[in-house]
Amino acid sequence: MRKAQLNIGLVLVGLVILAGVLSLLWTPYDPIRVTSNRLLPPGWPHLLGTDGMGIDIASRLLIGARYCLIVGVISVGVAAVVGVPLGMLAGMRGGWLDELTMRVADIVYAFPALLLAMLLAAAFGASTGTAMAAIGIATIPAFARIARAGTLQVVASDFVLAAKAAGTSRWGIAARHVFPNIAPLVGVQASVGFAMAILAEAALSYLGLGTPRPTPTWGAMLRDAQDVWYTQPVQALWPGLSIALAVLGFNLLGDGMRDVLDPRLREVK
Amino acid sequence: MSILRAEAVSRCFGAFPALRGIDLEVGLGQRLGIVGESGAGKTTLIKLLAGLDQPDSGQVWFDQKIVSGRPERDLGFLRSSLQIVFQDPRSSLNPRMRVGSIITEPLRSKRVRRELNDIDQRQRLGEVLKMVDLPADSADRYPHEFSGGQRQRIAIARALAPKPQVLIADEPVSSLDVSVRAQVINLLADLVEREGLTLLFVSHDLMVVRHLCDSVIVMRAGEIVERGQSAEVFEHPQTDYTKALWAAVPRIRV
Repeated sequence: MRKAQLNIGLVLVGLVILAGVLSLLWTPYDPIRVTSNRLLPPGWPHLLGTDGMGIDIASRLLIGARYCLIVGVISVGVAAVVGVPLGMLAGMRGGWLDELTMRVADIVYAFPALLLAMLLAAAFGASTGTAMAAIGIATIPAFARIARAGTLQVVASDFVLAAKAAGTSRWGIAARHVFPNIAPLVGVQASVGFAMAILAEAALSYLGLGTPRPTPTWGAMLRDAQDVWYTQPVQALWPGLSIALAVLGFNLLGDGMRDVLDPRLREVK
Repeated sequence: MSILRAEAVSRCFGAFPALRGIDLEVGLGQRLGIVGESGAGKTTLIKLLAGLDQPDSGQVWFDQKIVSGRPERDLGFLRSSLQIVFQDPRSSLNPRMRVGSIITEPLRSKRVRRELNDIDQRQRLGEVLKMVDLPADSADRYPHEFSGGQRQRIAIARALAPKPQVLIADEPVSSLDVSVRAQVINLLADLVEREGLTLLFVSHDLMVVRHLCDSVIVMRAGEIVERGQSAEVFEHPQTDYTKALWAAVPRIRV
């Protein structure tokens, strides 16, 4: 059962990655050029039909997968690179530094990511970059917290005490003992964070705060579909389904990894 | 001549006084047993002696050098010559490190290397693995591939790696199966004898302490209530507490 969860997650995530990579090499039709074949229903040769500007929907979905991966990787990467060391520092040093870091994290956590994105878009203009920055900044606290919680657990263990008794420096303890033991936690958080980033990116694009036209992103496609909602509801299905499946995939992957990597569960087996 | 000395050492955790004004001297080559019930302050005392915690008042000295209150970077002399074997090898060995790196960890610290005359890590690893009777190919494996008794041997090998003068063992067999306890105890006894180590042995098991240690202190509620040669203390206990501890040792009636 647990294994099935992980496998379904892997398949869905694999599909998104495949689509994204494929879009770099090939798309059935030009994903940007406007044609007169407007609003064709699913069929041949346009498998999923065409949108209001006569562009092949399947081609646009493939490009959308690429952007959702780029946004996910960079925003989660930024959040992890900033959040994990902060959390480890807070957990290892404790005291006022810990208190300060966690309170700042609370404040950032309480600040709506959407509002942050709107502020950034107002200041720097709407682009993929501002969307990634907003999502990344908003996700830092999640990484800092999980890293801190894991660090506190590791620091309390006897092997860290033994490392101190062996004269290992703080850096050595952080690199050799703390990080390898919290890495699985961070990996799980990254997968779940990836799902949240995809959803957030779609929301931002839908609102016109993310990647600008004519680049097709899933969120922007959803917005375009809204114009023909009453006559062609199937237009909203494709980007909606893509978002839902990608988010589901990364969530299942995260959950599945948590179960596989949890040493307590492994010990039982 | 004393190698390890505590002067009026006290330590509180919140409102709870874990240690109240302990005075203790351990001579070079002495084998000291530390007994007492849970919560008596045994582990707190050895952490202070090992410089892993700071006393609220009082001082700790090692080899005429003060330990308490010193920053970690100046404690290389202590780290190279005093090592600890912890109670439970399941938590004292990092599950994500190979046995070889676990054992050589004390040899890799710059502070410790300054004190040692450049021990060759590979060679020393082989030596200590042989000393604790583990196969030479253990170095490339992970702790979870070993049994409890073998894991404690790994912990002992790590403690011996920097050629320490003083070995502290904190209930080293209480987490192990009864069947392997005797082996580990005998191994410790042999190593202490052969390497001429000064031993501090914390235990609940009075029979083992009597077998292994030449002297003993009895702790209760953060104080030393009785001390002396182990034969003396066990045969003629002075305090009711020691008598009670001794009476609690299970014996087979013949």
